[in-house]
Amino acid sequence: MNPWDLIMNNAPALAIAIPLLGAFVTPLINRAGRKAMLVWVIAVLAFTEFIALLLVYQVNTYGIQVYVFGANPHTLTVPPDSGGIPVRIIFTIDGMSAFTALISATLGLVVGIYSVGSEKFQTAQEKFFALLLLLVVGMMGMALTGDIFNFFVFLEINSLAAAALVSYHLNKGKAVEAAFKYAVVSSIGALMILFAIAILYGEYDALNMAMIAQRMYQTGFSTYDMIAMTLILVTLAMKCGAVPMHYWVPDGYGEAPGGTSAILVVASQASLYGLFRMSFTVFGLSANTSSLGWFMIILGLLSMFIGVTMAFLQHDIKRLMAYHAVSQTGYMLLGVGVGLATLGTAAFNQYGLYAMEGGIFHIINHALYKGLLFLTAGAIIYRVGTSDLNKMGGLAHSMKFTAVFFLIGAFAIAGIPPFNGFASKLMIYESVYQLNPFLAIVAAIVSMLTLASFLKVFHSAFLGPKIYDVKEVPKSMLFAMSILAFFIILFGIFPNIAIHYLVAPAAHALANPLGYITKVLGGGA
Amino acid sequence: MIFNLPFITVIIVMFFGFYAMVFRRNLIKVVIGLDLVESAVNLFLVSLGYVKGGVAPIYTSAPSTHMVLPTPQALTLTSIVIGVATTAMLLSFCMVIYKHYGTLDTRKVRRLEE
Amino acid sequence: MMSKIVRTQANFLYPFILIFGFYVVAHGHITPGGGFQGGAVIATGVALVAVAYGYDTIKKWIKKTHLTAAEGIGLLCFIITAFIGLSTSFFYNFLANSGLIFGNRVPYGINPGYLNTAGTLPIMNLAVGIEVLGGLSVIIMYMMAYGREVKQ
Repeated sequence: MNPWDLIMNNAPALAIAIPLLGAFVTPLINRAGRKAMLVWVIAVLAFTEFIALLLVYQVNTYGIQVYVFGANPHTLTVPPDSGGIPVRIIFTIDGMSAFTALISATLGLVVGIYSVGSEKFQTAQEKFFALLLLLVVGMMGMALTGDIFNFFVFLEINSLAAAALVSYHLNKGKAVEAAFKYAVVSSIGALMILFAIAILYGEYDALNMAMIAQRMYQTGFSTYDMIAMTLILVTLAMKCGAVPMHYWVPDGYGEAPGGTSAILVVASQASLYGLFRMSFTVFGLSANTSSLGWFMIILGLLSMFIGVTMAFLQHDIKRLMAYHAVSQTGYMLLGVGVGLATLGTAAFNQYGLYAMEGGIFHIINHALYKGLLFLTAGAIIYRVGTSDLNKMGGLAHSMKFTAVFFLIGAFAIAGIPPFNGFASKLMIYESVYQLNPFLAIVAAIVSMLTLASFLKVFHSAFLGPKIYDVKEVPKSMLFAMSILAFFIILFGIFPNIAIHYLVAPAAHALANPLGYITKVLGGGA
Repeated sequence: MIFNLPFITVIIVMFFGFYAMVFRRNLIKVVIGLDLVESAVNLFLVSLGYVKGGVAPIYTSAPSTHMVLPTPQALTLTSIVIGVATTAMLLSFCMVIYKHYGTLDTRKVRRLEE
Repeated sequence: MMSKIVRTQANFLYPFILIFGFYVVAHGHITPGGGFQGGAVIATGVALVAVAYGYDTIKKWIKKTHLTAAEGIGLLCFIITAFIGLSTSFFYNFLANSGLIFGNRVPYGINPGYLNTAGTLPIMNLAVGIEVLGGLSVIIMYMMAYGREVKQ
């Protein structure tokens, strides 16, 4: 079999196998020198990005993809002698999975390039990059898997790698304190998910999401399902940083080294993906989607408003941005929540689907601009050595490119027209308004407050007299930032590119759980 | 009632775990509490896999209708492996925190809010 | 370093623990157990000796770099075995029932346990065993080293 066919057939498996192999080999290659290790890591991340693009292409061309580990052929989801149960580990890739995988791979690559410069003077860099690759594995796995137990395993890989990355700069123990908090919180969350998985397994005798969804649909929604659903949804809402379970976010993001906060944002979005996947595909057919949708809408409103108001009180640049990340997560929950609340009614086609597209489009936009903002914050800390806004000032004189990138990110997060934040926020306002005008008003007010907050940061960090005599950051960091800035402007001017190829397939995939179930349980030899 | 004993134990152990995590002031005890919760979840998984009169799936000559599915054991084992990794990482964090702060008291390990 | 009694007991028990650990690893595909369990048993042997003799003595006998290398080699063997089956599917058991190494069929009925069965599973068990014994032992070693550093 020629290599191209091999890659095409095995793309879902390679999406996690390649970064996993990369992570294992990185410490060994480091013995050949730092440069060889960096080239290897970037090559692995670039190849992962290529595989993610390939997955998006396959899903857009051929529909939902399934991949069965260890089966012959690899699409054999239900073996003939298994009694109609999918027994093996199955990856199911629909539009939403491919979308999340693409974001994870992209930010992984960008942060990898950025960290070449920003972690230059640290010890044990090979461990840093191995952890970064493992984090990518965790996120890709969460996005691609079609099996709830696997989802738990990848969630744990994600949490462990993220916690270890947060503690990478010891920062006199402060970073380790934050990492401890993060690790404890995510471990409890993961254990609760495991408890819920055990309940579902005991009830339905299956671990495959499609199988569980189908059996739940046949037997009706029971009290046990209710308990399991509550445990899973609350935990995933906590992991994606929604208020009132957001207390770990500012510590975790605030203490993470350099650009790593940017990839932690995506790690949280993988949990957000899990929240959407569980509520639409697994529980969507049986549970009361209207009340589930309102649960998400209320979480979204709280996150938006409390996140932005807490951000005003901060004087640490990274903690401030972390609170804004909480606030922006609210928009995604709001958009998709409106879609879920109207699922199956006539209103869904009027504005529900549009709201979902807005919410999902906001996920990729948020990954881009919040990623860019965290990278600029990392650049400032890299040169100035402090994250305290009161001690900064006048950086626009010496760090011109960083200042421009910061402005692009700040305008995008505030929803100013030529940037991508505007496109997705407009979609959310227009559609959410039709469900309840109050929702749109809160969203618009939060957007204004965000702009005010970021203008304050720009003023105190970049304007004013020259205090620090510093140079611009290294080229690899600028290059990483420019990639994100390019996509922010591209998706701002031509939002239809993203919507047509990424967002609309994702929204349609979420809204169609029956298609997912049929594809997995249909045998598919 | 007697057959529910494993599930009652699960609830009790989990309660003790959460109690230790919330009310104990030593970080090591927080980690122990986390481990208790994990053991409770593992016990829950294993007791779900119990089938009355079942045969372990390692005897090839046992009647196939009596063999139990080994999935719950596999899940528990995976969960134990993950638990080992988590515990090791949390304990190393405790060591670093103790080195820099000189204490493991949760009331004194509070430099983040400053 | 602990008392003479503890050290003698450790000397006595160490080979048995190692043999039991390797037994669990090697028989992973036909009896309960496997790579992780066996590797953990072997690591407890390392931990026993480390506790009995103290870090200063043991660091001359067991090098951390060797353990880290064992960890890396185990992981690599595992994932490469998974990659070899890629022409069919990732993790495909290409050795099972093939007549090659580990390629025999599992016999039916009462038997003493034939190791030469189950395809790639024993290879993966061995890989995981090597990885876990390296990983857990190196955790113990690093914790002992760091504990001394904190004390001083």
